[in-house]
This record gives sequence, structure tokens and C-alpha cells, in this order.
Amino acid sequence: MNPLKLVVVTAGLTQPSSTRLLSDRLAEAVARQLADEGREVDVHVIELRELAVDIANNFVTGFPSPSLNAELEAVTAADALIAVTPIFTASYSGLFKSFFDVVDNTALTGKPVLIAATGGTPRHSLALEHALRPMFTYLRAVVAPTAVYAAAEDWGAADADGLSGRIARAAGELTELMAGRPATSHATEEVVPFEQQLAALRARQ
Amino acid sequence: MQFGIFTVGDVTTDPTNGTTPTEHERIKAMVRIALKAEEVGLDVFATGEHHNPPFVPSSPTTMLGYIAARTERLILSTSTTLITTNDPVKIAEDFAMLQHLADGRVDVMMGRGNTGPVYPWFGQDIRQGIPLAIENYALLHELWRKDVVDWKGRFRTPLQGFTSTPRPLDGVPPFVWHGSIRSPEIAEQAAYYGDGFFANNIFWPKEHYMRLIGLYRERYAHYGHGTPEQAIVGLGGQVFMRKNSQDAVREFRPYFDNAPVYGHGPSLEDFTEQTPLTVGSPQQVIDKTLTFRDYFGDYQRQLFLMDHAGLPLKTVLEQLDILGEEVVPVLRKEFAKDRPADAPDAPTHESLLAKQVGEVPVEAR
Repeated sequence: MNPLKLVVVTAGLTQPSSTRLLSDRLAEAVARQLADEGREVDVHVIELRELAVDIANNFVTGFPSPSLNAELEAVTAADALIAVTPIFTASYSGLFKSFFDVVDNTALTGKPVLIAATGGTPRHSLALEHALRPMFTYLRAVVAPTAVYAAAEDWGAADADGLSGRIARAAGELTELMAGRPATSHATEEVVPFEQQLAALRARQ
Repeated sequence: MQFGIFTVGDVTTDPTNGTTPTEHERIKAMVRIALKAEEVGLDVFATGEHHNPPFVPSSPTTMLGYIAARTERLILSTSTTLITTNDPVKIAEDFAMLQHLADGRVDVMMGRGNTGPVYPWFGQDIRQGIPLAIENYALLHELWRKDVVDWKGRFRTPLQGFTSTPRPLDGVPPFVWHGSIRSPEIAEQAAYYGDGFFANNIFWPKEHYMRLIGLYRERYAHYGHGTPEQAIVGLGGQVFMRKNSQDAVREFRPYFDNAPVYGHGPSLEDFTEQTPLTVGSPQQVIDKTLTFRDYFGDYQRQLFLMDHAGLPLKTVLEQLDILGEEVVPVLRKEFAKDRPADAPDAPTHESLLAKQVGEVPVEAR
């Protein structure tokens, strides 16, 4: 069996970044659980910071640069996605949203997605439910029930019900969703034959 | 192979001096540019159609009729004629009239238009763009070929016993190109009718247009019009030239950086790398344009976008001199080399008339 393709989209801006740290922990947890089931996985991380200008240029020109295009294709071909953003001004960061604005609006259809976010205070944790989850639902992704939020204080908490427990639960959910999903297929561009296009118009007269 | 220019007809402030032409100045400039195209030996002039500022050409056949009266050889065309929001009956009549006035030097490129509000302004819905393009063109196609038409469709008042006048010149409808930036449905439509397919080839990387043209060629053969290589393909292109390429880059950069379509985005260098835009010496333009054949196959029509982004008329006319004197003669020679004998030329009124006469049995004429 080919290794599964797990793509991590991470929108942290600093170096090092707590968003990237959370992304890596989620990816490790998913990879470990898949390994336990005897599945191999290739993890590909997309740091949106490195694509910031390319994403802005895509808005202006209507097409992606070669490096952005390669990442868009990776997202489209992924078996599952982990999407992690810092919470800015009560929502996902603008860069995070902009990236998903240039992803083709059918690219995530049926794709398992684990959503996660970081913030300075736990008070913003519901941004995951109010902003990220509806966005991925709009894109017809299948979003894991557990969304993982890490506030600054979580990094110092020791109890297993805390951050590490949530990471393990979310990773388990994503792994289950991946198991229930057939391997990624690449649909080729389909053309509706012209007679059919004409006939469709006549039928509705 | 045909070479020409196409224009959007935008009124744009010249970013180097802040001046903006009036609508009157811009319209007259477009006419001057068309006349210049014939003077420098180009084959085609095509105008866009728009119904919102900052664009001026809302009435293409009026403009093309005027240009027809002042030219001898130039083929007059559009880029594009809105098949979605125009009444196909009016398109049939306007372009047949233009054909008569221009003695057949007319073809037309269908397009859907991409400005949302234009649809409701003309009583249509942009979400119906493709069905409108399909139904309206089916009617237009019939109006030009049948003297008396009975018609019922989804989008337009039915017709009973309608004759579109004048009838096409010599009974030969204008050749039709279908322009598309992104829709495989339009490539399919062009292939079905055996019409031409024009890829704007300006905004996006060539790979995108290669897919569309590949699809069109394959479906053209599927519908029995010939081999894939015999399909009728047109391409856009966009150039700015000076004798020395550094001068071209220096002079064009402020226009590029502020261009309404792609300005304030990627650098001129990145954009020329990623799209068919060429800014440089005439030789660089020749080299880049010749690569189009490698990507898209032997093709029939090459149109260049020359007057946009606020370039002054004087500069555009200089560009046309360079295009006509130094670039196109070389391209004609080079494209003719190794061109397969069965690669067709772009259809003209004369060639279509000859074909039609050839198809009708002598006793029936």
C-alpha cells in the first residue's frame, strides 16, 4: 500500500512558533496512531509564512506562482489535512484564510481535516467552532469533532486531560476518518458532451 | 497565418504623468490604432465589448463599420462579443450588416464577459453564463443559416417565421471564434460547431491554455471536422518592445506596476517568467512567440494586446511600427517553416465562399 499523504498547513508567523509546535505535535500523534495500525504516512508541512507574498500575488493576478501551485496540489492530493492557525482579532489569521481562499473550492470535498489553533489566552478557543469549522464545512471537508486549542498556559500544564489528551483524542478521530475514506483519487477534467448540454436546455423549456 | 491586434478599450490614467484620455480621445485613438494596424501590414483588428466604465467600446459594429470604410484589407473582429447578454437576433443582424459594408472582411469572437453586474443590467443572471452562451449561440448559428426561423428557448422571446436581415453576405455567415479564459464547456462548444477557439493567453501560465486547446483539438476531431491538428486555434499575446531590451523594461515597468489587471502584484520579471508577456527587444518577442507553436501546435491567428494600462497613443503607434516592420515579417517566415501542408489557414470570407460553392452541386447553384 502507498503511504498515506498527510498535509499540515500551519499559519504561525514567528520563528520558532507555537502554532508550528502544535502542528508538529498533532502530526506526530496522527503518524503514531497510523503506525500502530500498520499504516505508513508521509507528512508534508506547508508554512504559510513562506508563501505570504505568493498568496497575495495570486489574489492580484488570478493564478498561483509555481511554488504556491506545488503546495495547492499537495493539499488537493492529501488524504488528510491538519490546519493550524493563530487566533487573531477573534478569528483565524488573514493569511490562513487567504490561503484557503486560493485553494480550489472543490479540493477539500470529503477530505478529513483536523482543525487547531493557538492563542495567548483560552478565552478565544471557540474561534475554532465559530470560524474554522464553518469554513471547512463550507468547503465540504469532513472535520474531526475535536478541535485543539492551545493557549499559552497549556504549554505548562502537566495533566493528561489537558493539551496532550486533546491532541491524542483529535489525532484518533482523524485517523478513524482516514480509515473510512478511500484512497485519494485524481478526477480528470470531465467534459459534458455538447449534445447533452444542448439537450439539458431543451428539457427545461 | 494571420497576425493582428486586439484591444480591451480601457480608459486608464498614464501612471507616468497622471493624464487620462477622455472617452472621445480614447475612441479616436482606438480607430487610429486600427488604421495603423493595416498600414504596418497586420491582418486583423479586434475590439472588446464592454458596458461599464472605464471601458469605451459598447458598440463594436459601429466602430468596426467606421474602420471598414477607411481600410482596404484589414479583417475586423471582436474580442469578445457578449453572447450571454446581447440578443442573438441583434448580433446576427449587426454582424451581417457589417459584413456587407466591409465586403466580407469580418469575423467575430464570442465570449461570456466577466463583469457580474452586466448580466442583471441586461436582464440576465451570471450563474446562467454557460447555458446562455450555449442557447444564444445555437440561435445565432441558425439565424445565419436558415432564412426563416421558428425558435423557442429558455432565455429569449420565441420567434415565429423570423428572418434576420440582411442575410449574410453571399450566404456565408461570418466565421466565429469562441474565446475562453477558463471554461472547458466553451472549448467543447467550439469543437462541436467546427468553429475557431481563441485562448486569451495573457493572464495565466501557458499550461492552463495548453489544457483547453488540447481539449478543443481532440473534440474538434471527435465531431468529424478534421484531425486535431486541423482545428482552428487563435492565441493572444502581450508585448512591449524597444531596440534594447533594458529600455523596454525601464519604459514599460511603471505601466506594468500600475496596470489595472495585474499591477501592484508580482514583479515584471516574475510575471514575464510565468506568463506569455514579453518585454524586451523585437528579437525576444520573436523568440517567445515562436515557442507558442511548440506548446499549442501550428495555429491560425496571433493577436497582440498593445494599447492598455495607460500607454500613450504615440507609444502604441511606435510599438505597431516595430511589430509590423521587425517582428511579424520574421514570424510569418518562421511559422511557415515546417508547417504541415494540411495545417489550414484561418478561414476568411473568400475561403468560406469557395468552400460553400465547392459543396453545392453545379446544377443546384
